Amino acid sequence: MRPFTTQLRAELAMVFANGETLFLTLGIPVLFLVFFSGVHILPTGTKHPVDFLVPGILALAVMSTAMVAVGIGTGFERGYGVLKRLAATPLGRPRLLGAKLAAVVAIELLQAVVLLAVGLGLGWRLPSNAAGPAAVGAMVLGTAAFGGIGLVLAGTLKPLVNLAVANSLFVVLLLVGGMLVPLAKLPGWLQAVAKALPASALADALHAALGTGGAPTTTDWVVLAVWAVAAPVVAALAFRWE
Amino acid sequence: MAVACRDLVVRYGDTVAVDGLSFEARAGEVLALLGPNGAGKTSTVETLEGYRRPDGGSVSVLGADPAGDHATVIPRIGVMLQRGGVYPSLGPARVLRLFAGYYDDPEDPESLLDLVGLERVRRTPWRRLSGGEQQRLSLALALVGRPEVVFLDEPTAGVDPEGRLTVRSVIRSLRDRGVCVVLTTHELTEAERLADRVVIVDHGRAVAEGTPAELAAERSDGSIRFSGPAGLDAGALAAAMGAGAGVTETEPGHYRLDPGGLPVPDALAALTTWLAARGTAVTDLRTGASLEEAYLAVTGGERGGDEATGRSGGEAGRRGARGRKGRR
Repeated sequence: MRPFTTQLRAELAMVFANGETLFLTLGIPVLFLVFFSGVHILPTGTKHPVDFLVPGILALAVMSTAMVAVGIGTGFERGYGVLKRLAATPLGRPRLLGAKLAAVVAIELLQAVVLLAVGLGLGWRLPSNAAGPAAVGAMVLGTAAFGGIGLVLAGTLKPLVNLAVANSLFVVLLLVGGMLVPLAKLPGWLQAVAKALPASALADALHAALGTGGAPTTTDWVVLAVWAVAAPVVAALAFRWE
Repeated sequence: MAVACRDLVVRYGDTVAVDGLSFEARAGEVLALLGPNGAGKTSTVETLEGYRRPDGGSVSVLGADPAGDHATVIPRIGVMLQRGGVYPSLGPARVLRLFAGYYDDPEDPESLLDLVGLERVRRTPWRRLSGGEQQRLSLALALVGRPEVVFLDEPTAGVDPEGRLTVRSVIRSLRDRGVCVVLTTHELTEAERLADRVVIVDHGRAVAEGTPAELAAERSDGSIRFSGPAGLDAGALAAAMGAGAGVTETEPGHYRLDPGGLPVPDALAALTTWLAARGTAVTDLRTGASLEEAYLAVTGGERGGDEATGRSGGEAGRRGARGRKGRR
């Protein structure tokens, strides 16, 4: 157990010591939430933009941590030979992955607490028919899906290419993922593409569970589940440790 | 045997990196794999570290298969990769404490920091350390788990002279504590200074093996080499040595003396008498070949030093050396 807790502490310490990572995982989501709740320029379709933004930005937070922050960090660790060196310690790869996953969960919990608190401060209220377990389930599947995507990139691309691709993907999915702008506002063909992506499925599920209330659609669950299985499997197959 | 490598073959696609390499190393022994870049040294060491399974032959570390019994072998060995392997944002003290946390009974990180002389830069992020400091940190990380076997891939590469002294003294103290040290190097002086035994590797094969002195002695042709002022009268010296002796100035100031039928001690006496009579200062005097000559002969490398120039026949040289290897 000691190697695992040692590594988990180190992973978290490195995240909190890295300004860029903190900005990505906490700064950007909070900034978006506060800014777009106050400046009503997004076609959120809700009476108060914050009602749309809290679930959407929660999805954004999952994506920023599981795909971008961990993916970029892991890519650099691979480039610097850290992953290779750690394989020759009693920590081993399973516990290293476990520590990374635990760090992701811890950061996401922190993000959720901060974002919900800021949301409440901005006037967001949990709907009476909110589906808490569905929201948690969607976030778990989303974490697996985005974590898998991040590791596919980290395990196959050079660190700087990985950095660029992960950040670009983050921006694209942010725009077409129904996180800030409802999918319905996108052109038809783009909607069709976006619906097959994990970003919109997660955002949609969270909008249902925490925004309008009620259960996410079957399509959301299927898309999320497929990505949550496929992305980690591809990562496991494609990941090159050195 | 702490480490055994039997007929090891390592392939990358169609390329054969290691081609039937065999050697053993005991506890309390420093074994150097010496060879040019691309000889297969790193592939061999990485197989012993459990990073890859042999494509042929077998390896054993502390009596176990390092790839198959990874979990049992890893806590008992120390690994220093050729480069990298450290979180770039962490300083030596942090990294050592982190790695100490992976082991049940680790070495004290502070004493390791002191041992490799990184106290002064204890908080400097790894990426801002000099190449030598990074190497010394990697060495310390290899020791943090109190290993019984240590694999050091090019431990002195890029290390400044002072750092080399540190690395050498650390390796000696490991040997004195009964640790088996397997290191790779392409530098002869490092092999000569660090190793109890040297395996010369070329094109993935062991082409010679022995103590540095044995390897040099194998190449000895009975000649005496000395250095002094340029332009000594070689003819006069040869005449003074007696019939059959020959003297050549291989390079200005460097001489090679073939004693002919004269026993080496007598030849030395005659040489020093001749030099003393002329008040000639000698800067170097030795009998037999150096490890360098042995190395160049068996790897078919370019000759330097006191030999003129030219390549010794590569393939022929290698075959000859393999023949000699059986001697052990």
